[in-house]
Amino acid sequence: MIQKSIPTDLEVARRLTEEILGQARAAGYDEDACFAIRLSLEEALINAIKHGNKFDRSRKVSVSADVGADLTTITVIDEGDGFDPSSVPDPTADENLEKPFGRGIMLMRAYMDEVGYNDRGNKVRMVKHRCSGLPTSVGQSTVHSSGAEPESPCGPSGKTEPARHFRHGPGRQ
Amino acid sequence: MENQAPRLKVIKAGGISVVELLDKKMLDEACIAQIGEELAGMIAEADSIGLVMDFANVEHMSSSALGMLITVHKRIQEKNGQLLLCGIRPSIFEVFKITRLDEIFQIYSGRDEAVAAAAPQGRQYWL
Repeated sequence: MIQKSIPTDLEVARRLTEEILGQARAAGYDEDACFAIRLSLEEALINAIKHGNKFDRSRKVSVSADVGADLTTITVIDEGDGFDPSSVPDPTADENLEKPFGRGIMLMRAYMDEVGYNDRGNKVRMVKHRCSGLPTSVGQSTVHSSGAEPESPCGPSGKTEPARHFRHGPGRQ
Repeated sequence: MENQAPRLKVIKAGGISVVELLDKKMLDEACIAQIGEELAGMIAEADSIGLVMDFANVEHMSSSALGMLITVHKRIQEKNGQLLLCGIRPSIFEVFKITRLDEIFQIYSGRDEAVAAAAPQGRQYWL
């Protein structure tokens, strides 16, 4: 279990991301699961630092990560005012497709199995199951395979869930 | 900016600019901004531009990098140019698909294909 309060600093956040990914790899999470955790954690930390704490170095970001044998739970809390994740536009709507922002939360929801916010909107909790793979069948393991695939604790496909769909518009990037 | 390590390798051939992204991770806001600025400079200098961006080295990218690509795409369109992407590994391509940006960008598997598509007969760019 990692529990840290870090300064509003992207480089410190990046080192913490590497630490959490190191634990996931050591626990046997495959490349797809680690890709999903990295992407979602990066987006959550950037949101906390940029939009939550607004790069104010006097504020902190609290991060906890519980990397278990079957699932990983990550919580990121900033000291900002929070936001309402349901009030923001869907970046995949035709009218928003060419906007250069607003995709971070959507990606978190796509790559993690659960993403939830507190009422204030300054705390995000994300859960990734070890074997839930990537959002669709176009995972790395299905493309680069050459010959027999290594035995996976998640079964032959490494996938246990179908593609997930974005249901709520993202708020921050 | 203190850290100005090269993030792009630019090859100009046949009227096309091929930009190889050198970073494995396009996550850092400052690095993404640096790439965006360098590309903006290239676009500003050209009357029109055919730009191929090769993602072969890129293993991870954030939504901020997607935003930068959209901005670059718009700037190129304003000059009646073309932006083509290539070398995108499946895990990254999935990010484009989920966000529907595969419908906005012209994406090719290999660099040669992208260069050929960027330079159809009769089309010329002024670098």
